[in-house]
Amino acid sequence: MTDEKSALSVPPSVQGVDRNLDTSSHSAAIDVRNLNFYYGDLQVLFDVSLKVPERSVTALIGPSGCGKSTFLRTLNRMNDLIDGTRCTGECFVESQNIMDPDVDVVLLRKHVGMVFQKSTPFPKSIFDNVAYGPRVAGERNRAVLADLVESCLRKAALWDEVSDRLHTSAMALSGGQQQRLCIARTLATQPKIILMDEPASALDPASTDRIENLIGELCASYTIVIVTHNMQQASRVSHQTAFFFKGRLVEVGPTMKIFTSPGEKRTEDYITGRFG
Amino acid sequence: MSEFVDQPAVSFRQGTDTLLRRRLLNAKVFRTVCMLLTYSSLAVLGVLMGSVLWSSLSRLAPDFLTNHYSMNPVRCGILAGLWGSFWLVLLTAAMSIPIGVGSAVYLEEMAADNFLVRLIRINLSNLAGVPSIVYGILGLSAFRPLMISLQTFFDGTRAINVLGLFRVRILHLEIFDGSVLIGAMTMSLVILPIVIIASQEALRAVPSSIRVASLALGATRWQTIWRQVIPAALPGIATGVILAVSRAIGEAAPIMMIGVLTVASMCPGGIETPLQLLQDPISVIAVPFDQFTAMPVEIYDWSKQPDPQDRFTDVAAAGIVVLLGVLLIINAAAMIVRARAGRRIQW
Amino acid sequence: MSDWFSAKKNRRHETVIRTGLFVCAALSVLTTGAIVYVLLSNAVYAPGDKTAFFERVTVTEFLTSTQWKPVEGDRGRFGIWPLLSGTMMVALISSLVSIPAGLGAAIYMTEYAGPRERQFLKPMLELLAGIPSVVFGFFALKFVTPWLLKPVLGLLNLDVSIFNSLSAGIVVGVMVTPLIASLSEDVIRSVPRSLREAAHALGSTKFDVSMKVVVPAALSGILASFLLAFSRAVGETMAVAIAAGGNPVMAMNPLKGSQTMTGFMVHASTGDSAADSISRMSMYAVGITLFLLTLLINLISGWILRRYREEYQ
Repeated sequence: MTDEKSALSVPPSVQGVDRNLDTSSHSAAIDVRNLNFYYGDLQVLFDVSLKVPERSVTALIGPSGCGKSTFLRTLNRMNDLIDGTRCTGECFVESQNIMDPDVDVVLLRKHVGMVFQKSTPFPKSIFDNVAYGPRVAGERNRAVLADLVESCLRKAALWDEVSDRLHTSAMALSGGQQQRLCIARTLATQPKIILMDEPASALDPASTDRIENLIGELCASYTIVIVTHNMQQASRVSHQTAFFFKGRLVEVGPTMKIFTSPGEKRTEDYITGRFG
Repeated sequence: MSEFVDQPAVSFRQGTDTLLRRRLLNAKVFRTVCMLLTYSSLAVLGVLMGSVLWSSLSRLAPDFLTNHYSMNPVRCGILAGLWGSFWLVLLTAAMSIPIGVGSAVYLEEMAADNFLVRLIRINLSNLAGVPSIVYGILGLSAFRPLMISLQTFFDGTRAINVLGLFRVRILHLEIFDGSVLIGAMTMSLVILPIVIIASQEALRAVPSSIRVASLALGATRWQTIWRQVIPAALPGIATGVILAVSRAIGEAAPIMMIGVLTVASMCPGGIETPLQLLQDPISVIAVPFDQFTAMPVEIYDWSKQPDPQDRFTDVAAAGIVVLLGVLLIINAAAMIVRARAGRRIQW
Repeated sequence: MSDWFSAKKNRRHETVIRTGLFVCAALSVLTTGAIVYVLLSNAVYAPGDKTAFFERVTVTEFLTSTQWKPVEGDRGRFGIWPLLSGTMMVALISSLVSIPAGLGAAIYMTEYAGPRERQFLKPMLELLAGIPSVVFGFFALKFVTPWLLKPVLGLLNLDVSIFNSLSAGIVVGVMVTPLIASLSEDVIRSVPRSLREAAHALGSTKFDVSMKVVVPAALSGILASFLLAFSRAVGETMAVAIAAGGNPVMAMNPLKGSQTMTGFMVHASTGDSAADSISRMSMYAVGITLFLLTLLINLISGWILRRYREEYQ
C-alpha cells in the first residue's frame, strides 16, 4: 500500500486491550467455517470463515447492509426466531458445532450472551432484570441471586449508582444506565462469550466512553464480539478487527494492522472513508 | 490476561441438562394447554351450531317461513318475525347510518380540539359500554310520550292551508304502542356508537397524503371529504355498518322494553308477501306506526315455554336457524362487497 | 372571476354542512343526557306530580333489605340484593369461563399459532362474537342444563333445577370470551419485539418469554379486558332471562334459578302494570343501579388501558 496515504490517526486503545496481539497463540472461543446464510432465497452471507480468540475483543466493521449484524446473530442462533432463514456451514463453540440441529439453543444462549443496540430493560425492578436469566435457569436461592446481582452490577460499572434502589423500576434509569443494566443482565447468566450489536450507538459520548472502558475491563474474563459502524470505536476497543463487505469477510487481522496497513484495497477504502 | 479458572466443558446437546428438560416439558405442556383453551371455545361453537341444527330439523320446512304464529307447534311459523325484523332493521339503518357516519366524519375530519369535542369523544366510548337494555328504558320513557303527542297531531281532524288556495286534510295515523318507529329509534341509539367508532377507524386509515393532495388542487375541505376521503374509507365504513346491522337483528332486550309483541300473528302494515308490497306500495306508510314482533323476540318466547314436553323447542331451534341464516347471508354479502370495493382501491 | 363568487357560496355551503354534522355528533351527548335524565327523574326525583322511586322507598331499604317483591302495599319489599347477587353470580361464573379461555386464546394466537392457523382462528372467534344472545339462552336451557349439568352434577349427587344460574354463567362466559381474546391479543401484540428478543437472548424457553416477560408487560391491558368482559356480563339480558328464570332469590346457589337486574327489567316492562305504579318505578331504580355499575367498571377499565398506553408510547 502507498506510504503517502493520509496519516491515519488511530486513536489510543482502551485500557486493557493490546491491539497488536498475535491471536494465533490463543485458542479459538468461536470457530466459524464456511458459513452461508439465506433469508428465504436471498443469500446474505457468503462463505464466511472466522476465528475469534478466547478472552479478546473482535470488532466487526463494514458498511450498512454488509451482513455483520446477521453474522453476529448466527453466533447465538437468534436468527432462528425469524421465519424462513437457513444456513450452511459450521460454527464451533466449546468444540461443538452449534449449527447442529441437536443443539439446544436455550443452553447455547446461556453461554453466549447478547447486548442489543437499543437497551431493552424489562418493565420490572433493577434486581428482577438482572436476576431474570438465573431465575429462568432455575436458581431459587435468594442469597445466591443477591450475590450474583451485585457482582454483575459491579462488573457492569453500575452498582454504585443503583445499589440503593435495586427494587425500583428499571425504566426510570437513563439511557446509558439502561444499557449497562442490559450488560449486567447478560453477565448474570455467566456466559463465556458476549455478543454486542452496536451497543453504544444510541448513547451520548460520555455513556459511550463508559461502555468502551467497560469492554476493556470485561475482555479479561469474557470473549467479546462487537458489531459497530463507528470505526474509531472499533479501533479503540478491539484486539482483532474483521471487515465485512456485501456479505463477504474481506479481511481480518490484528486491529492495529487493519487500521494502519490493511491488506485489501476495499478495506483501506472503507477505513479512509471513501465509501460507507 | 488475568487468571481464568477453567470451568468444566459445557455441552449444548439437547437433553443433557435435566433442569432444562423439565423446563422444556413445562413449555410444551403450557403450549398444549393454551391450544386446548383456544379450540375449546370453537368446540363449544360447533356443539352449539350442531345441537341447534339437529333440534330444528323436525320443524325446518318452507312453511316455517310463511306461516304465522300458531299454538300448534307443528304449524307455527316465523313470518311475523321475519317481516318485523326486516322493517325494524331497515328503519334503524336509515336513521343510524347517516347520523353515525356524519358524526364520525365530523369528529375525524372537521372537529376542533376544544372541550365540547373532547366531551363528545369520552361520551361516545362510555355509550359503547352501556347495556342495551338501558337504551330500552330510554325508548320506553322518552320515545313513547313523543309518539303519543305525535298521535294527537295525526288524529285525522286537522287540516292545513296550502298557499291559501286549498285545505289538505292530514291523514289519520293509528300509532300503536310499541311501534316499529319507536323500536327503530331505540335500536338506532344502541348501534350508533358501533357505527361511529367503526367509521372513525375507517376514516383514520385513509392516508393523509390523499387529503393534502386534494386540498393542494384547490378543493375545499368538504369537497375533499366528500369526493376523496369518504369513498376511500367506504369499505371500512361498510364493514362497521354491517356489524352494527347484525347487532340490530339479533338484539331483543331494547325492543322488549318498548313494548314489542312477544306473540304476534300480524305483520306491520299488513304486508305478508313481497308481492303484496309491490301491488300496494302505499301500505308502506302505515308500517312504521304499526305494532311488530322480531325474530329474536319470538325465539325468546318459544324458548321460554315451560312445557315439559318441549313442544316449542324445535320451533325455537328452527327460528334460530333462520336468524343465523339471515346473519350469514348479510355478512357474506358484505364480504363480497368489501372485496370488490377493496380491489378498486389500492394504496 | 366567477370563481371568487362561487367561493363565497362554497364557504356558506361548508358552514351549513359543518353545523349539520356537529349536530349529529352532539346527538350522542344528548343521548347520555336523556338516559341520565330519564333514570334520575323516575328513580330519584320526579318533576310534577309523579313520585319517583326513592321518594317512596328509602335508600337504606333499597341497599340493605334482602327481599325483592315489588308490589304495592305492605307486602312490598324493595331490597336490591337478590337481583344484585343474581347478577354477580352470573357475571362471576362467566368470568371463570371467559378469562382462561380468552387469555389462553390470546396467548396461543400471538405466541404459538402460525399465520395460517391464525387466519382460521380469528374469523371463528368473530363468528362466536356475532351470535345473538337469545341463541345462547336457548342453548343453555335446552342443552347445557339437561345434557351437561344434570349428568355431571348427578354424579356428585347434586341436584340442579331447570332454570339455574350456572348454565347462564357458562354461556355468558362463552359469549364474552372473544372480547377478552381480541383485546388481550391486541395488547400482547403491542409489546415491542425487542423485549422478546432480549428475553430469548438470555436463554429463555418460549414459556419463559410469554409468561415471565410478555404477559407481565401487557398485564394492565389484559386486566382492562377482563373488566370490560365482566361489565358485558353484568349487562347481558336475554341469555340470562331464558336460562336463569325469573325468581329473585337471595341465596347464591348457582344450581338454582335466580333473577338478575336485567332479567327483572325485562319482566317489569312486559308485565301489565300502570305507568305510575311502584312496580314500574322499581324498574327505574334497578336501571339506575345497573347503569352506574357498568359505568363504573367501564371507567376503571378505560383508565387502566390509558395508563398502559402511556407506558409504551
